[in-house]
Amino acid sequence: MSTATDTRRKKAPAGERVADWADSRLGVYSLAKANLRKIFPDHWSFMIGEICLYSFIIIILTGVYLTMFFNPSMGEIVYHGDYVPMQGIRMSEAYASTLDISFEVRGGLLIRQIHHWAALIFIGAMFVHMMRVFFTGAYRKPREMNWVFGFLLLVLGLFTGLTGYSLPDDLLSGTGVRFTQGAILSAPVIGTYLSMFLFGGEFPGHDFVGRFYSIHILLLPGIMLGLVVAHLIMVFLHKHTHWPGPGKTNTNVVGTPFLPVYMGKAGGFFFLVFGVIAAIAAVATINPVWAIGPYRPDQVSTGAQPDWYLGFAEGLIRVMPGWEINAWGHTLVLGVFIPLLIFPLLLVSIAAYPFVESWATGDKRHHHLLVRPRNAPVRTGFGVAWCVSYLTMLVAGGNDIWATHFHLSINAITWFSRVAFFVAPVLAFIVTKRICLGLQRRDKDKVLHGRESGIIKRLPHGEFIEVHEPLSSDELHTLTAHDQYKPLELEPEVDENGVVRKPSRSEKLRVKLSKGLYGEDTQIPKPTPEEYKEITSGHGHH
Amino acid sequence: MSSQDNSKDNSEENLPQQPEGADSGALSKRDDPFANPGLPPHEHRVQDIDEQAAKRSERAVAGLFTLSMLSTIGFIVSYVSFDIDKIVYIFPIGRVSALNFSLGMTLGLALFCIGAGAIHWARTLMTDVEVAEERHDLDASPEVREEVLAGFQEGARESDIGRRKLVRNTLIGAVAMVPLTGLVLLRDLGPLPGTKLRHTKWAKGKMLINENTLEPLRPEDISVGSLTFAMPEGLSEEDHDFHNEIAKAALMIVRLQPENIKDKRELDWSHEGIVAFSKICTHVGCPISLYEQQTHHVLCPCHQSTFDLTDGGRVIFGPAGHSLPQLRITVNDKGYLEAMGDFAEPVGPAYWERG
Repeated sequence: MSTATDTRRKKAPAGERVADWADSRLGVYSLAKANLRKIFPDHWSFMIGEICLYSFIIIILTGVYLTMFFNPSMGEIVYHGDYVPMQGIRMSEAYASTLDISFEVRGGLLIRQIHHWAALIFIGAMFVHMMRVFFTGAYRKPREMNWVFGFLLLVLGLFTGLTGYSLPDDLLSGTGVRFTQGAILSAPVIGTYLSMFLFGGEFPGHDFVGRFYSIHILLLPGIMLGLVVAHLIMVFLHKHTHWPGPGKTNTNVVGTPFLPVYMGKAGGFFFLVFGVIAAIAAVATINPVWAIGPYRPDQVSTGAQPDWYLGFAEGLIRVMPGWEINAWGHTLVLGVFIPLLIFPLLLVSIAAYPFVESWATGDKRHHHLLVRPRNAPVRTGFGVAWCVSYLTMLVAGGNDIWATHFHLSINAITWFSRVAFFVAPVLAFIVTKRICLGLQRRDKDKVLHGRESGIIKRLPHGEFIEVHEPLSSDELHTLTAHDQYKPLELEPEVDENGVVRKPSRSEKLRVKLSKGLYGEDTQIPKPTPEEYKEITSGHGHH
Repeated sequence: MSSQDNSKDNSEENLPQQPEGADSGALSKRDDPFANPGLPPHEHRVQDIDEQAAKRSERAVAGLFTLSMLSTIGFIVSYVSFDIDKIVYIFPIGRVSALNFSLGMTLGLALFCIGAGAIHWARTLMTDVEVAEERHDLDASPEVREEVLAGFQEGARESDIGRRKLVRNTLIGAVAMVPLTGLVLLRDLGPLPGTKLRHTKWAKGKMLINENTLEPLRPEDISVGSLTFAMPEGLSEEDHDFHNEIAKAALMIVRLQPENIKDKRELDWSHEGIVAFSKICTHVGCPISLYEQQTHHVLCPCHQSTFDLTDGGRVIFGPAGHSLPQLRITVNDKGYLEAMGDFAEPVGPAYWERG
């Protein structure tokens, strides 16, 4: 018997021996100690970020496969491949190799379609993930930098998408590249130089597919991979935010351990996402370049649209009036250049928001509890207004599609979009804020008076009353756990010692912002324990 | 910036109190009806108390994993058995590639079942007891902070960077300048613009070649109500720079009634009511291809800029900023349409040097 235990002691299980080996060289035990049983909170909205991560991995896997067959060359050939309708047609080798991937490589079409669908889902999921983070206040200290990392991933994702779908050199994407070039030309002073340098001369030249290729497969995804890793490390370091609730505080995190529960759920979810995208790619054609034909700068098809995520840039350029200023032998192409500026400004505004908010509140504390959107009406209103302006421009970017499908006047749609760009976000802000305040009132009502039970009671003297059930202590806590800020006030210009001190301009702005965020009409005071006790102690109140 | 003294002024009093921890004492709990009641007791799932149910979950998970294996085999079978050009009808999608459909579906199922199995396993058989873990702010302790700052200062002092200003300043200069080499290297990405965007292949005496038939156009080839596309004589699809040239030279030709032409110069530059305009939109350069026969308006399908061909190619709607350039044409002695020169102004989108 003793010999058996001795050998066991001498020979640890194979897994442990591998772990020991790795620990001496890589320090895996210290790493695992902090992370193996790390607690992750559970909520459906935390899953959206996972979709981003998994679709990014899928894009990389399928993208590597595609590079084996794709030929990023603009050299012209006459097609003699398997796809009969295109035989004898002049096209670039990039386009021809895309046809080969689609018609001659078994499974090539599937991988191409998985790649494209995953890209669309990746960017869509990033938008929704950012909305989740924004509307729940998860970007607040200490997570501002992770918000910026995520924002950069979104912006880089947009450009990786643009450079990616331009590679097949088909008529649709070529038209998009032409649009990009026309927009670059509008830049004052340097526009023509940028265009010549990007395209290696005049448009389209013979260089852009090769150049976009190295940007698309190496430069941008390389940066993105780094950012994704940094993003995930930060999530681990900060520990995930969680919703207020019984047992959950700003100083703890409540959930299940990474190994095994979270690993099972999140790891399984990767396969779920991959499986669904593969099935979509099996049944839904995406970017059928064979039906569009190779690019020629003097040809175009109607209904030309970018991939959806750049639709708002398309909309901006479509609704902008064609302003041009000609003076001193130069042209300022405002009609194109202004949309070209609004595009980054719209994006940067969401990146900057956490910093503006924390400056206005002066709040330098750590926040790990999420805030329900209704409890931050101005923030929620601002976010919805942003989404509405994005959607307005997305709609405007498809004004021709709306016109043809709904038999509307294209001119009317364009004018509608021009007005809506300014009016719709304001309306959205006002409506959202009111809805939030209404929901806050209802929460307050529920806390103080309890839930409507639906039971009608008739009192002896004939009065009918509805019985309200008091909330459980769990619910009472959850509904009152949110912070309510007081707006800043300007200090009196003359203090008690009679010293005059003029507030600086930035101070005034800060107070103004703070009042806008937390001043009058921006929140319903949450019920106090005193109010609650007063109401619940007397039995006559409901 | 006065943000520093600001943060002093309203350091904490404006901020709401942070919710207290769950374990903040029984006293306050009794006192405050809204206090955090602490983690609720764990509720058992059916799998936790009924081994039969747990066994059922186990079988479901194993079944999903088995289905995944079968799907992978199905994938391989599909790969070798379907021809790449086989088309099948699948309700309700329609006619699809058999290979793409079967590969995608089997791959999708193989992956999905792994995922569904793992998640079902995690949800029903692994623990669902929620536990609390303390958070620790990333901020270092004051001692660590002091140590790091002291270390940094010591390092800086040992390097002498503060004292030897000459070293510091020349280092800054060198590091600031060296990226210039990279910038200089970008110069050969392309040629300088020069006047390239001002000129096209059109020149005096060049015949207008029909883009479809590749034959020279005669006035009688242009009928009322049709839009004809042309390119300059001497340009061929096989040319190395064909795309660059056609991107500027593409032409559209329509026949109008001379009395309908409102613009005097347009009438002068036309031939018996035949007018030739650049096909490249002056907005961002899409080829204009939609023609409204009744009004003689042309519409760019990309961004819906609309131009009036009876009025000097004037913009009447949309985001384009200036009129379409017109090509002055005439008929040569053989009866073919020909250009009387290049466009008088640059074609396509506007740019800084356009003027």
